[in-house]
Amino acid sequence: MTAPHLDRAWDLHPQVSVRPEPFGALLYHFGTRKLTFLKDRVLLAVVQALAAAPTARAACAAAGVDDKDMPRYEKALAALHRSSMVVERNRLP
Amino acid sequence: MTASTPQTSRPAPGAARLVDLFEYGLDAPICLTWELTYACNLSCAHCLSSSGRRDPRELTTQEAKAVIDELEAMQVFYVNIGGGEPTVRADFWELLDYATAHHVGVKFSTNGVRITPEIARRLAGNDYVDVQISLDGATAEVNDAVRGPGSYDTALRAMRNLSDAGMTDFKLSVVCTRHNIPQMDEFKALADRYGAQLRLTRLRPSGRGADVWDELHPLPEQQRLLYDWLVAHGDTVLTGDSFFHLSAYGQALPGLNLCGAGRVVCLIDPVGDVYACPFAIHDEFLAGNIRRPGGFAEVWRESELFQNLREPQNGGACASCAFYDTCKGGCMAAKFFTGLPLDGPDPECVQGYGEQLLAGRSKDRGLIPKPSGDHSHRTSPARGPGPVDLVLTRRPDRDRPPVGDCDEHPLAGMSLPRGG
Repeated sequence: MTAPHLDRAWDLHPQVSVRPEPFGALLYHFGTRKLTFLKDRVLLAVVQALAAAPTARAACAAAGVDDKDMPRYEKALAALHRSSMVVERNRLP
Repeated sequence: MTASTPQTSRPAPGAARLVDLFEYGLDAPICLTWELTYACNLSCAHCLSSSGRRDPRELTTQEAKAVIDELEAMQVFYVNIGGGEPTVRADFWELLDYATAHHVGVKFSTNGVRITPEIARRLAGNDYVDVQISLDGATAEVNDAVRGPGSYDTALRAMRNLSDAGMTDFKLSVVCTRHNIPQMDEFKALADRYGAQLRLTRLRPSGRGADVWDELHPLPEQQRLLYDWLVAHGDTVLTGDSFFHLSAYGQALPGLNLCGAGRVVCLIDPVGDVYACPFAIHDEFLAGNIRRPGGFAEVWRESELFQNLREPQNGGACASCAFYDTCKGGCMAAKFFTGLPLDGPDPECVQGYGEQLLAGRSKDRGLIPKPSGDHSHRTSPARGPGPVDLVLTRRPDRDRPPVGDCDEHPLAGMSLPRGG
């Protein structure tokens, strides 16, 4: 499953619960019953900004990710997409 | 009753290992085991919590809801509810609905006795509920020898009802014993037939399990078979992370491979006592009680026991073993209830170090710690192949019958000169 383009609208999967932690956050998916974690607070801010942002790129910008760090966060979002933690908005699986 | 840590998916790229973060504990558990009652319709020979009879001090409905409120506030993702048989509590379905309405997912273990077609439909309609049906033999013969007559049929009827109601991926939960390890393929077929997922867990010498461990725990060559079977089936079979001691055979099994006791999991028992893990119901592992001011959160965050468990493990006698990194010395509860030191090998250490220690223990089994409580039915059916012939004698180290607490004889406890 290829991740949607960063210029599309993304969201957390509705069955995913996010728990902030000192190191970042824990994510638990009630559908797949998988646990994963976010390794830093910026990534947490990105994930939390997805719902209100017009695009994933805008969510990154809102969380303070600059252009040179973008590839790193794009990779992280793609990994979260592979485990269905985040999905393209309005295109729920 | 069984517990589990959640299955983990790969962390985001570039991240530290999840297990390294967990070693120091978390502000709130990821999940915890909550035994709602000691009451049970069965008397399984290996029951971890020595269940049977209800305890009159069990939490009330209101107290249980207050626990759920706390878990919601702490953002505990889900609870593994067990017992006893949790569904025999009259308020079980009410508590289940209350938890899921408050964003606390529920995974509950049951022998299936209350899983009627109607209940099955209700469960299938709730995305935040997962059901584990306990079965310890793929045939009635093997299962009922451990779980009691009729229990195989009860479990299969429950699985059929869940499957008919459209519930998928519920769990068929098996405690691996000497008698059912040859049946792994049959268990898998049984789970597949009902659209369930197979979940295998380790037999632990906890509760009544201590009484039958010697005769039920897998033989060394069976452990190897089980490991190979688990490696071959990978992520399709769940283990609740309970076989990490087998990782010393080679590649690590899927999961955290870490003892989560007091770090990411714990147990709340039916009377509100909080223990480090569901397999360690003993004062040594008692962290506090949720009825005390401060509730569960304070026990989790402040208990001295839990603080100590959140230190990186000390390899002790295992530190020089080449496999310590993968097995981490195994299961604390398994060592404790077999009378082995906590900083040494697991009794089922695949390198055989545990067996050597077991063989060297004192013959006096009275020195091995016993679980703190016993709620067994007082009339459990006879176990084992048949009656055991007893010859009543005096223990050679006692010249008189033991003195009980209620013995009011004025000379109780005095040792008198013999033949005087």
